[in-house]
Amino acid sequence: MDLLIPEVGLVVFQTIAFLLLLLILAKFAWKPVLGAIKEREQSIDDALNKAELAKQEMARLTSQNEELMKQARAERDQILKEAKTLKDSIVNEAKTQAQSEGAKLIEKARIEIENQKKAALAELKGQVSTLSLDIAERVLRNQLDDKAKQQDLVNSLLKDVELN
Amino acid sequence: MDCSHVFEFKFKRLIVVFTLFSAFLLSSVGVKAQADTTHATEKSHEAPAEKEKFNIGKFALHHVADSHSWHVIGDTYIGLPVILYDKGKVFMFNNSEFGHDDEAKVVVEKDGQRFVKMHDKIYFASEVANEHGQYVELNAEHHAENKRPLDFSITKNTCTLFLSVIIMLLVFLSVARNYKKRQGKSPKGLASWLEPVILFVRDDIAKPNLGHKYERFMPYLLTVFFFIWFNNMLGLVPFLPGGANLTGNIAVTMVLAIFTLLLTVFNGNKHYWQHIFWMPNVPVPIKIFLIPLELIGVLTKPIALMIRLFANITAGHILVLSLICLIFVFNSLFVSAASIPFAMFIGAIELMVAFIQAFIFTILSALFIGMAVEEHH
Repeated sequence: MDLLIPEVGLVVFQTIAFLLLLLILAKFAWKPVLGAIKEREQSIDDALNKAELAKQEMARLTSQNEELMKQARAERDQILKEAKTLKDSIVNEAKTQAQSEGAKLIEKARIEIENQKKAALAELKGQVSTLSLDIAERVLRNQLDDKAKQQDLVNSLLKDVELN
Repeated sequence: MDCSHVFEFKFKRLIVVFTLFSAFLLSSVGVKAQADTTHATEKSHEAPAEKEKFNIGKFALHHVADSHSWHVIGDTYIGLPVILYDKGKVFMFNNSEFGHDDEAKVVVEKDGQRFVKMHDKIYFASEVANEHGQYVELNAEHHAENKRPLDFSITKNTCTLFLSVIIMLLVFLSVARNYKKRQGKSPKGLASWLEPVILFVRDDIAKPNLGHKYERFMPYLLTVFFFIWFNNMLGLVPFLPGGANLTGNIAVTMVLAIFTLLLTVFNGNKHYWQHIFWMPNVPVPIKIFLIPLELIGVLTKPIALMIRLFANITAGHILVLSLICLIFVFNSLFVSAASIPFAMFIGAIELMVAFIQAFIFTILSALFIGMAVEEHH
């Protein structure tokens, strides 16, 4: 069977051509191609790993944020509560202070009024005495216009003195 | 070795049915054709003047064999250069000097040597012609008995070989350029088309069989895979520049198998050779008994590689040719209604076979090399 007998020419050409092909492709095609594929796979792996890490970091940050938010909320509530108490106490204090101040003022006013009243009364007393003296003088002058009446008065006065 | 998914095509069952049917058809036709062949050959030698009946066997075998000329169309042939070597002398001339003769009837004389061509083989011509006008001596089987010079002609297969090498260089060097240009980016164009195949060779052929040592053998595996695949595909193209049956030529498959053998032998480690020459854990007589068996095993592996590729591709070509030839065997145009769809179907299967055979050759090469470099624990 002719088909089963290798021809020497083709064997030689095949060996040379295939060896050349193998050497050229190995150096100039397979090396860069396989290298590039490997490099790309490496970079994809790296990127995926990084993405995974970033995801974890993200999750961590999110939970941290939530924690922080919770804390902040609690703190805010606390602060609000404190502020409210403080406000109440301030208002209360102000109220009491105002009251006491008012009481003090009223007291002061009362004393002043008392003083004024006393002064006014003293002044009034003086004036009343002056007026009464005046009136008495005038009455006396009227009454003492005649001698009899003067005598009467002196008598009455003397009577009083005697009584004493 | 997990490669079963390759064979799990959805239309597997369909293929089986079709193959069985065509096998049945062909076996019946084949017997008839063979009868025709023997009949026709006998006839042609007895009475060459009589109009030859169409000979399907001869036709198919002629088409799968190598040739010194390249058929273009009709009666147009490209004559290829003939390069012969004998006793320190080189003879060069064009095949067209033989004319259309393939029966050793035309003698070409160069530098005092006379050559004839018979069945696409070149012989030293006899002094005188025999009764059929052939310048060769025929034996009982009608084969020429003349001596042959060493034939280094650029035949159809050699041309295809060079062509495929050039195509592969163009394709893969441009792919490599593409990778360099788009460093770190996704592949584009031709590279994106070939990268899955390259990854297939790496991840499904090299890695499972060679383990962590796969990188050293990747260039060989990739080259052999793409060489076989490209040439299988090129062989399926029915017209120029295809049509040659390169991977179905025993010389080509032999060289490829020898490469695998050499890689196995030169990379074999201590354990590998120990298992061949002094099998551990068996009694001494068996050790001695096993040595020749193991040595034969070393050789049968590449021989199986050689025969498998050769037979598969040649059989595919013969199958397609035979189906087409049915038209001429029955000498009726109506047969084409059946034989053309069948031929197309077989052609489609051949597309698959082209890939599968490349895959099998490569994975078995990887397996054999892997057995030689495997580390035993």
